Amino acid sequence: MEGVLEMHSTHRRRLILFIVVGAVLFYFSSRVGILRLYQGSTVSMYVIAIGSIILLTGYSGQISLGNGAFMAIGAYVAVLSQLYLDLPFVLTFFVAVIGAALAGLILGIAAARLTGPYLAGATLALAVALPSLANLFPVLGGEQGLGYDSGNAPTLFGEVARFKWLFWISSFTALITCLILQNILKSRYGRIWKSIRSNSVAAELTGIHASKSKVLAFMLSAGIAGLAGAVLTMSLGTVSPSAFPLSLSFALITGAVIAGISSLLPGSLVGAVVLVGMSQLVGTLTTRFEIGDVLAQNLKELIVSALLILAVVFTPNGPGEKIREMRDHRKHHSHGGHR
Amino acid sequence: MSLIVRNLSVDHGAIRAINNLSFIVEKRRLTAVIGANGAGKSTLLRTLSGLIPASEGKASWGEHNLLKGKAEQHVRNGVSHVSEGKSVIPELTVEENLDLGALWRRNKKEADVTKKYVLELFPRLGERLKQRGDTLSGGERQMLAIARALMSKPQLLLLDEPSLGLAPLVIEQIFQTIRDIANSSDLTVLLVEQNAMGALKIADIGVVLNLGNIVAIGPSADLIADPAIRAAYLGY
Amino acid sequence: MEKLISASLIGLSQGAIFALMALALVLVFRSTRVVNFAQAGQAMVSTYIGWEVVTRTENYWIALPAAALAGALLAAIIETFLMRPLAKRASHGAIAPVASIIASLGVLGVLHSGAAMIWTSEQKLFLSPVSVNGIEIGSTVYPFSQADILIISTVIIVMSTFAFFFQRTSLGLSLRAAAFQPEISRLAGVKVDRVRTIGWALSGAAGAIVGVLVTPGNYLSPFSLDILLVYGFVAAVIGGLESPQGAALGGLILGMSLSFTSIYVSSGLTFIVPFVVLLLILIVKPKGIFGGGSSRNA
Ligand SMILES: Nc1ncnc2c1ncn2[C@@H]1O[C@H](COP(=O)(O)OP(=O)(O)OP(=O)(O)O)[C@@H](O)[C@H]1O
Ligand SMILES: [Mg+2]
Repeated sequence: MEGVLEMHSTHRRRLILFIVVGAVLFYFSSRVGILRLYQGSTVSMYVIAIGSIILLTGYSGQISLGNGAFMAIGAYVAVLSQLYLDLPFVLTFFVAVIGAALAGLILGIAAARLTGPYLAGATLALAVALPSLANLFPVLGGEQGLGYDSGNAPTLFGEVARFKWLFWISSFTALITCLILQNILKSRYGRIWKSIRSNSVAAELTGIHASKSKVLAFMLSAGIAGLAGAVLTMSLGTVSPSAFPLSLSFALITGAVIAGISSLLPGSLVGAVVLVGMSQLVGTLTTRFEIGDVLAQNLKELIVSALLILAVVFTPNGPGEKIREMRDHRKHHSHGGHR
Repeated sequence: MSLIVRNLSVDHGAIRAINNLSFIVEKRRLTAVIGANGAGKSTLLRTLSGLIPASEGKASWGEHNLLKGKAEQHVRNGVSHVSEGKSVIPELTVEENLDLGALWRRNKKEADVTKKYVLELFPRLGERLKQRGDTLSGGERQMLAIARALMSKPQLLLLDEPSLGLAPLVIEQIFQTIRDIANSSDLTVLLVEQNAMGALKIADIGVVLNLGNIVAIGPSADLIADPAIRAAYLGY
Repeated sequence: MEKLISASLIGLSQGAIFALMALALVLVFRSTRVVNFAQAGQAMVSTYIGWEVVTRTENYWIALPAAALAGALLAAIIETFLMRPLAKRASHGAIAPVASIIASLGVLGVLHSGAAMIWTSEQKLFLSPVSVNGIEIGSTVYPFSQADILIISTVIIVMSTFAFFFQRTSLGLSLRAAAFQPEISRLAGVKVDRVRTIGWALSGAAGAIVGVLVTPGNYLSPFSLDILLVYGFVAAVIGGLESPQGAALGGLILGMSLSFTSIYVSSGLTFIVPFVVLLLILIVKPKGIFGGGSSRNA
């Protein structure tokens, strides 16, 4: 009984926190320029996409180099459902999640027996294969892609500038996704995934059907990635295969690793801000120091990649763990002795 | 040359597997270390062969400090370790497993002499040189593991439970071979065993280990005769 | 008939390239359990070194070993200064199973951007020692050139050299032993760390040879070899990731599947074929054709 009450109160606290954050974002959206709003949308998109990696890799211990492909699936499903079914944009998001999750389910079942490098191989091949489908089926619009219309804000809010409206949608979607993801990760499933990750044989013995819950994680992760794809399409106003290069999948992994692969919050937010902020930083550096074109174009990738290497070497499980480790170390020493 | 262990302690994280251990093994002696599961026997050997670090204490073989340097260096200093559970490489052939033990030796002629000697000791291996390691029987695998260690021409041989998982008849055979090796060469042997009776029977000295501490040490005949040891470790 | 011959020959030439790339990945994986995504980047940088040599000397046969040497050196550096410490530092927690893959992605990014800074993203022409035009027999021109013959024969030579080295030399034996059972190898006196670095170096050389073989006739850019990583990796996974023979077979299967579908079905399927082939094989054998069969834990 007490446990249930406790659950409810943390639940409520989380909900209140999210409402406060939402209100703050809403307030600031009227006080910043177009660039910041656009960056805000991109950060929100990355938060969702990185969340999908954190669930998959940080919790269920599987690696996917193909979450960019699931984003593409979500994006195309959203666009097609608007084009042919005339769905309102909120519903296109739902359909995007379902479409990508279904694709994830199919691949997840096919790949359920695959571990580590074999799964990485299958998802890598998927990431390369999928964008090329757009050129095979005319309905997908080929290299130019298809347009997507996010509509205008309801008149309730009065006249709302386009970028502000896009920011509202994407940040709101990111907030809700985080809320739901947080609940999933803290639920029984989160614990099951963790126990499977650390020891699949033992987990199997304790009666957990390891491969079933792995498939579930894969499906959920794909669905969330699909949502990120829909958000990306909305803020770009179009979808095309070139929006989902292999490097997107890699960027997501970078974002997930930088602040700790199993930290949803603030991990995914930090990762997203780093990814977006890096473009800004490099842009500023380039104009300030008059760096040549060739250097400038590649500086961002160089910094992000170097950051990824440094992060995985020096804070492999995120800065949070490092800080905890250092604290424990100090405690250990002040008490002295072994055991 | 002798093996000198002084105040040795080894930890696995929070677990102390070896606690302040001291003993000396004289040259050319066959010493048996016995004790229950988890007594720290394997940990002791793994520390002496350089696979895991010690927390405190000293251990040396002649002029060589055994707590310094990697396992691959220890072999070059004359310490060979046959680790627990048939330490052969299943994917390699019998001959490759043997050769592996002598790859580091510069003098190939001497290595060939050793190989001849080892194959005389274990003729069954000679008949199976081209077979893969995983096609051998348990007893043959154990022989191969010991043979591989001998290929490095050790002065100190560390054996971890050579009787593990073998039939009584084969165990007797392996023990006899170990005694023969010790008799016929200039070899000091530290034999770790669960099969306490078998090990003490062939050993000169016995060490009884319990939870990382020495509870008894002495000539193995004395240990066999000790009623307390008999009751606790020999089962009658 | 003409179609069949063309498809087989192209399949053979492509398969040879994929096989060598797969071998490079396998060499690293079996010795250190790392799936090295940086392989494409390493091959690319080595090929640029080869390009520098070939533009200065105008001699392909100096460029090839120069690139191989550069590839070996680069790989050895990555193994020694990144992967080895990483294995110790990231050995626990959620990151442990994926740390090396992630680090190799980082290396790939550094190599991509670094190469683009040094050599720009402009496409470079790589001088070919032989004709890259289709061979003419009678009135038909086959889409198969002297360059393809060079590729196939070089790959066969390189792979047989590797096979000889692994099966017949002491160092080869240490490499195999350290890959299978590092601890037992240590106890037998094998310097496992050094042997691992050698494994990486060989893999780097193999990747570099791939780059210098495929680039003539195509162009060189910082990203031009990336797709080979995908094909090579798929081929390696098909073969089971641990066996050089598996890599050769996987490369051949993939090369043939690609050339036959593009000649008989459509060339638009190039990127989809590897995924389909891979998934089909993995559904039947989740650890590849040659993988998981041996009794590793016996
Ligand atoms: N790698 C390890 N990590 C943590 N604890 C370990 C490790 N290896 C051994 N231990 C612990 O150290 C203690 C001694 O283990 P050890 O293997 O040395 O015992 P043993 O005497 O060889 O037992 P057995 O006869 O069963 O082989 C045990 O409590 C064991 O659980
Ligand atoms: Mg033991």
